Amino acid sequence: MDVRLQMSMVFHLDKCIGCHTCSIACKNVWTDREGTEYMWWNNVETKPGTGYPTLWENQDKYRGGWEKGNGKLKLKATSKVKGLLNIFHQPHLPTIDDYYEPFSYRYKDLFDSPEGADQPTARPISMITGRPMDIEAGPNWDDDLGGSPVYAANDPNFKDITEEEKQQLFELERLVFFYIPRICNHCLNPACVASCPSGALYKRGEDGIVLVNQQVCRGWRYCISACPYKKVYYNWKTGKSEKCILCFPRLETGQAPACFHSCVGRIRYLGCLFYDADRLVESLQADDLDLVEAQRGIILDPFDEQVIAGARLNGMEDNVIRAAQNSPVYKYVKLWKLALPLHSEFRTFPMLFYVPPMLPIMGALKGQTYETADEEFFTAVEKARVPIKYLASIFSAGNEGKVLESLKKQFVVRQYKRSESVNDLDPEQVRRMLDEAGCTPEEAEEIYRLTSLPSETERYVFPPSHREQAIEMLQPDTWGAKGMAGFGFREKPVRGE
Amino acid sequence: MHDTLLFIYYPYVAFILAVVISFMRYVGRGFSYSSLSSQFLENRNLFYGSVPWHYGIIAVLTGHLVVFFIPGSLLEFNRVPWRLYALELTGLTLALFALVGLLNLIVRRLGNARIRAVTSPMDLILLALLLLQVGLGVETAIFYRWGSSWYAVSAVPYLRSLVLLHPDITQVAVWPLTIKLHVIGAFTLVAIFPFTRLVHLLVLPLHYLWRPYQKVVWNWDRRRSQKA
Repeated sequence: MDVRLQMSMVFHLDKCIGCHTCSIACKNVWTDREGTEYMWWNNVETKPGTGYPTLWENQDKYRGGWEKGNGKLKLKATSKVKGLLNIFHQPHLPTIDDYYEPFSYRYKDLFDSPEGADQPTARPISMITGRPMDIEAGPNWDDDLGGSPVYAANDPNFKDITEEEKQQLFELERLVFFYIPRICNHCLNPACVASCPSGALYKRGEDGIVLVNQQVCRGWRYCISACPYKKVYYNWKTGKSEKCILCFPRLETGQAPACFHSCVGRIRYLGCLFYDADRLVESLQADDLDLVEAQRGIILDPFDEQVIAGARLNGMEDNVIRAAQNSPVYKYVKLWKLALPLHSEFRTFPMLFYVPPMLPIMGALKGQTYETADEEFFTAVEKARVPIKYLASIFSAGNEGKVLESLKKQFVVRQYKRSESVNDLDPEQVRRMLDEAGCTPEEAEEIYRLTSLPSETERYVFPPSHREQAIEMLQPDTWGAKGMAGFGFREKPVRGE
Repeated sequence: MHDTLLFIYYPYVAFILAVVISFMRYVGRGFSYSSLSSQFLENRNLFYGSVPWHYGIIAVLTGHLVVFFIPGSLLEFNRVPWRLYALELTGLTLALFALVGLLNLIVRRLGNARIRAVTSPMDLILLALLLLQVGLGVETAIFYRWGSSWYAVSAVPYLRSLVLLHPDITQVAVWPLTIKLHVIGAFTLVAIFPFTRLVHLLVLPLHYLWRPYQKVVWNWDRRRSQKA
């Protein structure tokens, strides 16, 4: 057993209000430089929708992630030899038009225009060429189902959904959507790291954060193609790749990452997970439908004596182990089985988990009131407006059981609390519901507390790493380490001549 | 006198510049070592430029290099006429391949506003020099037959004498102007190499072939903690 620690995340989609505060917090801190205007290390997508970059989930188009081939995982887009042969032109690289051409406006025109009959306008100008341009796309172009015939209707997750179901989804009165905030998943089997021929991308051993060494990156851009989540971005100005760094400078000083810290809906949880690196390769081989369980399987119980001994062996201190024991992520993912990884079929073992949203369910109409509390309510869950199949395609590689398990449990927690506070349900019936959802009153209470009333210190549990001291021990000057850790430059980041 | 300057001193100056400046740039400004790919801004035309250019020029340069090492074998090979024709034709085709690619790259760089936004003056100087150099090479291949053979007989001894540090330019005097320009062009490219984006070929990531896929970097000393 090789016990490693991974900083992991849970996003509770039922609480996400799609306000984009996270995106803005991130942008202001990290990507306000030339060449990074189009980068959204954190972005929020409306589902159904095509996402950012457009159709990123469609791996027939982008060939990201891994695939199973005779007993061994291989990168979908490339192999080592094929990769080097394609070094001059990458067949599956997204271009700026798959994102959007960054733009600003010529505000000065508003002041400098000569007096005339018409109101002066600020023309949009490209932030790449500096020339006037027509805006054809932008961040969150399809926000809240904007332009849904083009965007939402082409969601790659509709591939197994019948035309009829799809039509129903877009009927005005049934219309429904939810948000997925996305950051880098800091995967256990990162395709970006595996595809980088220069070895610029790496995973930090201590906390599993995936970074790009800017000094080593040569702009071969394999990572952009290989990341199935399209969370590595190419800086067109410096010719280097950049990505989410999980705000490690904040983490190391005991602060939550900017996107977490600013989350209005408090949907985000951050905590450590222990996992068994020895079983990683084997678990990645699981069949699509078993992938969620396979990933949960290598997550270790932080209270187990053997696991604690293993953690110590790998250099983890007591406060690190304590943080793992208090991890909210461990509860959501492993204990309660509420949170699911995004698109496990890409086989990278993403370490950002989502609690699937409770979309409006089809309550039975009894008399003049919607009845959601009778014995058939689980059938009601299954008849949610968005087909379970659709959610399963996003969150469990098609395994509908996993999504249902999570939704039912979320639902039963509500019923349990309702019976407690409104007192209008038969206790016996509530008990049966809990049983059916595999939940106990104690667990329901705990889920309720961590979902609805958590304090900041309960949501973000991570040990201070004191990495700044560690760096000083390794390297006499911290200046020398600058730029080697995913951000910061030792020299002016101008384009090489 | 000119020949001494251009064919004895110049190559050494160029070579020393290339080595020293490349090294200094790597140590001092390693960040600037990048392919500076612009595929992200323009995809389609790059394919018709970059691919033929790179494969063409790599093959042609490899040809030059191989003959540098085994001129005798080449002459032996060329003794059978059809083999000579095949070789010359192959060389010319590859050179044209490179030339077409290069022309596409130039048109793309000048014609596309997005690409112009990431173009430095040095990029333009380099493209002009490369065009001149490849153009002279193609001219040689077409008009000065049979280039492969006389390269082995006449140019290789000169280049070898340079490498062996007792330069001998007796051959150089009889070269036609095109050939002289081609050789001087080559030295010029070597000289400006460290000042251009060409340095990306020094960081060609061949080590990827025998590296494990995943890379984990530890800050902690794991061995020590495992012993303790």
